[in-house]
This record gives sequence, structure tokens and C-alpha cells, in this order.
Amino acid sequence: MSHDHSLSPEVMPQEPEKATLEGKNKFFGLWFFLGGETVLFASFFGTYLALRNSTAGGPTSTDLFGLELVFIMTMLLLTSSLTSVYAMYHMKNNDFKKMQLWLAITAFLGMGFLGCEIYEFAHYIHEFGFTFRSSAFGSAFYTLVGFHGGHVVFGLSWLIALMVRNAKRGLNLYNAPKYYTFSLYWHFIDVVWVFIFTVVYLMGKVG
Amino acid sequence: MSENTNTNSVNSFQKKRNKDEMKKQLISFALMIGFTIIAFTLVATKAMDKMFIIPVILLLAIIQVAFQFYYFMHMKDKDHEFPSMMIYGGVWAAVLTVATLLTIAWW
Amino acid sequence: MSIAATQKRGFGAFLWDYLTTVDHKKIAHLYLFGGGFFFLLGGIEALFIRIQLIKPENDFLSAGLYNEMITMHGTTMIFLAAMPLFLGLMNAIMPLQIGARDVAFPFLNSLGFWLFMFGGILLNCSWFLGGAPDAGWTSYAPLSIQSPGHGVDFYTLGLQISGAGTLMGGINFLVTIVTMRAPGMTYMRMPLFTWTTFVTSVLILFAFPALTVGLFLLMFDRMFDSAFFDVALGGNTVIWQHLFWIFGHPEVYILILPAFGLFSDIFSTFSKKRLFGYTAMVFATILIAFLGFMVWAHHMFTVGLGPVANSIFAIATMAIAVPTGIKIFNWLATMWGGSITINSAMLWALGFIPSFTIGGMTGVMLASAVADYQYHDTYFVVAHFHYVIVGGSVFGILAGIHYWYPKMFGRILHEGMGKAAFWIFLIGFNLTFFIQHFLGLMGMPRRYWVFLEDQGLDTGNLISTIGAFLMGVAVIILLINIIYTAVKGEKAPADPWDGRTLEWAIPSPPPFYNFKQTPLTRGLDPLWIEKTEGKGKMTPAEPLGDIHMPDGSILPFIMSLGFFVAGFGFIYQVDHSAWLLAVFAGIGTALICMLIRSLKDYHGYHIKKEDLEREAD
Repeated sequence: MSHDHSLSPEVMPQEPEKATLEGKNKFFGLWFFLGGETVLFASFFGTYLALRNSTAGGPTSTDLFGLELVFIMTMLLLTSSLTSVYAMYHMKNNDFKKMQLWLAITAFLGMGFLGCEIYEFAHYIHEFGFTFRSSAFGSAFYTLVGFHGGHVVFGLSWLIALMVRNAKRGLNLYNAPKYYTFSLYWHFIDVVWVFIFTVVYLMGKVG
Repeated sequence: MSENTNTNSVNSFQKKRNKDEMKKQLISFALMIGFTIIAFTLVATKAMDKMFIIPVILLLAIIQVAFQFYYFMHMKDKDHEFPSMMIYGGVWAAVLTVATLLTIAWW
Repeated sequence: MSIAATQKRGFGAFLWDYLTTVDHKKIAHLYLFGGGFFFLLGGIEALFIRIQLIKPENDFLSAGLYNEMITMHGTTMIFLAAMPLFLGLMNAIMPLQIGARDVAFPFLNSLGFWLFMFGGILLNCSWFLGGAPDAGWTSYAPLSIQSPGHGVDFYTLGLQISGAGTLMGGINFLVTIVTMRAPGMTYMRMPLFTWTTFVTSVLILFAFPALTVGLFLLMFDRMFDSAFFDVALGGNTVIWQHLFWIFGHPEVYILILPAFGLFSDIFSTFSKKRLFGYTAMVFATILIAFLGFMVWAHHMFTVGLGPVANSIFAIATMAIAVPTGIKIFNWLATMWGGSITINSAMLWALGFIPSFTIGGMTGVMLASAVADYQYHDTYFVVAHFHYVIVGGSVFGILAGIHYWYPKMFGRILHEGMGKAAFWIFLIGFNLTFFIQHFLGLMGMPRRYWVFLEDQGLDTGNLISTIGAFLMGVAVIILLINIIYTAVKGEKAPADPWDGRTLEWAIPSPPPFYNFKQTPLTRGLDPLWIEKTEGKGKMTPAEPLGDIHMPDGSILPFIMSLGFFVAGFGFIYQVDHSAWLLAVFAGIGTALICMLIRSLKDYHGYHIKKEDLEREAD
């Protein structure tokens, strides 16, 4: 078929993610989606900020939060952002194997982050009896951080599906935009986390 | 189909450019990590008064996010006019939302 | 005519075709059908409300059922009728106006429709399952938290699902306009309807997430015992009001801007003049959208935000009258000195100007925060928003349907019936709502199921009810017109109105690939330019070649069905945890569909150049 050839040209263009109309559409579509996601997370942040002191006699943010675990989580996620940058660097250089390798590292860092988050939630529930239902602060905290965690889970599933599906095919103009949009999504998750660790944990610790 | 995907098909000029880009991204990563460490240290050591710490760590977060958007996500490059418009639109709506819910009953 | 559509097919094949279609024109048919169905449903609910209020202390509906009626009337009309009908018109026309062969994400387009449809059906299932939502279309907490039964649960899940569909539609239109304009179609050459589609989609993109979050909070509070709105555990009910109106006010502009756009196109076509002040119109649209984001608290003047906040929002609200005024004057100036044709599409457009202006004027009155303490929650407000939503959006939808019916369905609606429907509707509309201004000023509160005798409210309410029935008659005439046209209506030529924009340059209805060769745009009103320069048809911007088309897919339907099932699971797992199975089954189905979609390659197919050449021009 003619399109197979046109999707795997002899010389890859400099920006394979935007070389086809479909790729360009995906590129813009994901960016615009992130614009909407900004408002989504802002609404969660706003709700959290409105309710952060409504502890109803339960544990407060100063009682709960420890900085060590959050610092580790932050480092994991920030580094995973850099590794996905490396993956895109290798995509531009048309080096599929290295791209897959860096993406695999990204996935492992993401899973590490997720593991820490699950441990953290379990810790709060068992040690402090601090749940989704214990106060308005609890509801807002678990909803905001949980939605971010949900985004991480979705991102990881997306990434693994992509890597497995294309493992044997290599890079072409059909899947390059998919990789690229994933990396944008992943960076955005990191952006949200920067605000979560600042607004929720650090500001919560300060009191 | 995948056999033509060898590194040689990218010309050396582009490779150089990609490398320079990567260097900038590494520098921004280093700065981001630095900002994060500063923010955590400030809070952990209680080095400053609450009144100062909060604006400072918020500022550090905003700068860090700008690096993320402009360097990691290439918002500084061409062809990103619409993406930045939509992100700034989202940020505008976000600022309004957060400001409102933060003050709820207002003045 | 198109290759595939010429063969006669059975009903099964026809149904399968629509279930799997990714063609923007067929999705537009689906949206118009779905939105039209809910429009009739919402209209019947409105008639029930008016029958209940026909005389003092009427007992036609019980108090509880009346609450369900007003809630479902508002929710249905806004989310399930007006918005989908506009999305239908946008789908049908916008890609044609920019010279595109389809939208940017055909698959997502279909998914957006099915999510809307299943969300709407889920919401309406509540009628048969123990009662509809009854906390008003705004569903304020704590009323919505206290509401017994599952009514409000259906509201949260139904709107969540259909809202996700709308968001997808918005992103899809944005990307289509950014990447898929034909050569020469610069931004400042786009028809106003395309422009307003663009701006409306921006509003959808930024407004809907706030609703999504609000609905999540409400859902968590009702189903999973969280405490966002539970004051005993530190919750705050004003959060819901803010989130709802941060979404809700832009939503009003989502409903009116597409109407502004299509009226602009209609006025200029039927006045045979270029739109007066095109640039000003574009910037007024953008300005309305921008200001529209900063005025939501004018719905909350009586909440007690304080005088400073109230003043800021009052002034911002009044400021919107300026760009809107620019538009009204530009429409008048477009007609000034034009060679005007008056047909049913133009009549709806002409009727819109005074109706909407009245609604805008009462809007400025309501924007005055001090006066609003008097108007708040009275029939004055009801009259105001019906003048803008019916007089603006509904007139807009009906004008658009009459104007583009030939393009969408290949036949022209009957003029006589069209005009009759317009006049009956216009009279009925003004009878219904004009008197409500005075009912409100006399102190009649909205949402009350009865009023007492001899308080000066009897005659006004009777007149209002009579008007509502006249509107019902007009809608029935429109339905008859549609059926009549389908059976023996006049076949439409490519360009029945002597149009100015690209959609009139191709056959009615367009072939499934829209443009055989992408047209070259040489200015604003591209077809008109070619007509005035004697050529009469568009110059192609490319040689005849293979056309790439997307594959159809049943996945969007199944995926939406999955969310629909999961919705039921969420609602009923409160009663019995076995319903969690439905949640897992539904979400699982949807996720598997997503996985199939990402694992399978969709390369589409090509229409061969030789086949295109064989077809008659």
C-alpha cells in the first residue's frame, strides 16, 4: 500500500511527530486538551485550598505530612520527566532502540512514584485514621492527589501499550505523534505535581 | 519496514541542533532540581517566616513549571502559538477559579 | 452523487452505517436527531409546567413532580437540546465552510456524539426509575445533597458522561479549524459561523472542566460519603455554586455565540451584501467570550460575596453589552441598503434582533447588583433568560435549520409552513414570556408549584400558558414540514440561496468526501468573489488525486455503552454492592475499546482518482 511507504520514508523528517496531518492534529489536540486539564486541576486545587483547614477535629496537614517521602516522589517524577525528554531526543535522531530504553526508564520511575503514593495513602489511613470521609479536608486532599495519581496510572498504561505495540515495528510517521503526545501528557503530569508538592505538602507543612 | 530507521538518516546539522537543545534541557533540569531542593530546605529548616516562605516557594514552583513548559514541552519553539494561547487561556481561567475558591466569601 | 449512497440498502445496513459512521455530515444528522428528540421532550416538560400554572392553586402536578419537571426542563433544554443542536449544525457546516474533507478527529467526533446520547438517555431513565432529579437545573448543594432517592445521582452521572462528549467535540472543532483550512482560507477570511464555532469551542474547553469537577464532588458526596458540601465535617456549599457558575456562565455564551455566527451568515446572504464590520464582528465575538469568563458571580449576588465583589461583577457584566451592541448594529447595517430576500430563515433572523435585544436589556437591569436583590429568583429572571435563550439560541437553531436544510438533507423546507411556524412561534413566545417580566416584578417567585388567587397573577399566568401552547403548535408545524419535505419536498440545487461561502460551492447534499478538489480561497465570501468575477465556481487548489478517508468504527458506540452501564453501576452501588460489578464491567468495556483503538492501526482508505473522474460533476 502506498501509505505504508509514505509513513516510513527513507529519510525521517526532523519533526516526525508533525510530518503528517494526523500527527499535527494529534499534536494540537493534546495541547488544547492540556489547556482544559489546567482548568480541571485548578478547580481541584481551588476546592482543596478552600477546605484545607476544615479538618473537623481530625488530623491537620501539619500532623500528617512528612517531607522525606514527598521529596523522593518529587525526584522520581521530575527525573521521569527528564527521561522522557531523552526519549524524544532519540526520536528526533531516529534512534528507536534508545527511545524505547529511555521510555522504559520513564515507566519504571512512574511506577516507583505510584508505589510511594499508595504507601503514603495507606500510611495516613492506618496510622492516623485519616480517610476520604473523615473531614472536608480529607475529601479534598484525596480527591486532588488521587486524581493526579489517576492521571499517572492512565499515563503508564498508555505508555506501556505504546511500547509493546510498536516494539517490533520501529519508529514511523504513524506512531511518532503518539509517542510525542504521550511525552507532552507526561510533562503535564509533572507540572501538576510541582504545584501539588508546593501547595499541598510544603504549604501544608508550613501551616 | 523498520529497517530504514538507522541513525544515519538524520543529517549532522540536525544532530548538532538536537544536541544543543538537549544541553539546554539538561540545564533546565538541573535548575528544576535545584529549585525543588531549595523549596524543601526552606520548609524543612523553617529558615524564614511563614509570610515569606509561601510566596517564595510558589514563585519557585512557577519558574520551574515555566521551564517544564518552555523547554521540556518546547513551547518556546515555532508552531507553538496556539498551544501557548490555549495554555495561557487555561491558566487565566485557573487563576480566576483558584482566587475565587481561596477567598469564597470575598471582601 | 456519492458512490456508496446510490445503492438501495436494507434498514439493518442503514442502521449499521449510522452506528459506525465517522463522517461529520452523518454525525451532524445524529446530533440533530438526538438534540431534536430531547428538544421535544423538554418542550413537553415545559407544557406540563405551564398547565400546572394555568390557574391559581392548580393540582395538575404534585409538588414533587413539579420540581422534577422544572429540573428536567432546564437540564434537558440546555445540555441535551440547545447545545447538541448547535454541535450538529457546526458538524454539518463548519468543515464545509473552511473547505475541509472531514474534521480533525473523526473517531472522537463519533465518540463525542454517542457519549452525549447515552448521557442524555441515562439522565432520562430516571423518570422510570423512582423519579427524576428535583434540585433544579443548578442543583445547588445542600438541596442536591439532601434530595432523597436517586434523582440527583442520575443528574451527576448523566451530565458527566454527556459533558465529556461535548468537551471532545470542542477540542475536535478547534483542531479542525487550526490545521484543516483550505489554501487561502486565512483566519480573517473565515465565515462568521466558523469563527463563532472556534470561539465557542474555546469556551467549551475552559468551562466544561469546572463542571466536571463540580459533578465529581457532588457525586462523591452523594455516593461515597465524602464531605465537600457537608458543613458538619467542615464542607462548604458555596464551592458548588462557584464551580457551577464558572462553568455555567460561559455555557450561556456557548449557547448564544454560534447563533450570532449563523445570523451573520444569514443576514449577509439574504441582503446580498458583505457582512458589515467583519473585523469588528470577529473581535466582538472574542471579547464576549473573554468577558463571559469573568462575570459568573452575577448569578450569586445574593449569596453575600460582599459589596466589592458584587460591584466588580456588576460592571464586568454590563460591559458585555458593548460588544453585543456592536453586533446588533452591524447586523442592522448589513441589511441597510441591501437587496433583502425574506424567507423563513431570514424571518427567524429578523425576529431574533428585537427578541434578543429585549433579553439583553433586562440582562443589564439584572446586572445591577442592588436591583438584583429585588429581581433575584422571580419570574423576571425567568423572562430574561428565556428571551435570550429562546429569542437567541432557539431562533438561531431554527434559522440555521431552515438555512442549511438543503445542504444537509438535499431538500428545501416548505416556505409556507416555515413562515406560518415562525409567526405562530413569535406570537406564542412573546405571549409566554413578555408577561412574565411583570409577574416577576409583582413578586411571583420562580420554581413555586402554585400561586394564590387574587394577587394579580391569575391573568398573566393564563396568558403565559396560552402562549406556550402556541409555541407547541409552531413546533408541530415544523415537524409536519420536515416530514412533508422528506416525502415530497423540492430537491435542492447546490446553491439555492445564491450563497457566498464555500458550503454552497458543492452539491446538496455533499458527497461523502465533500470537495473533489480542495478549493482555493481568494478572500472573504470566496464563492461570491468567484460569482462577481464571472466564473461562478471555485478554482481548485490541487490537481485531481486520490482522497484519503478515515475508517468507520463501532468502538465509539460500544465505549459509550460501557460508560452508560458503569453509570447505572455507580448510581445503584449505594443500595447494593453487587452493582459494583456493573461499574467494573462498564469501565472495563470502555477501557478495552480504548486499548483496541490504540493497538489497531487505522490507516483509512483511499478513493481512487479514476473513481472520482467517473462521477458526474
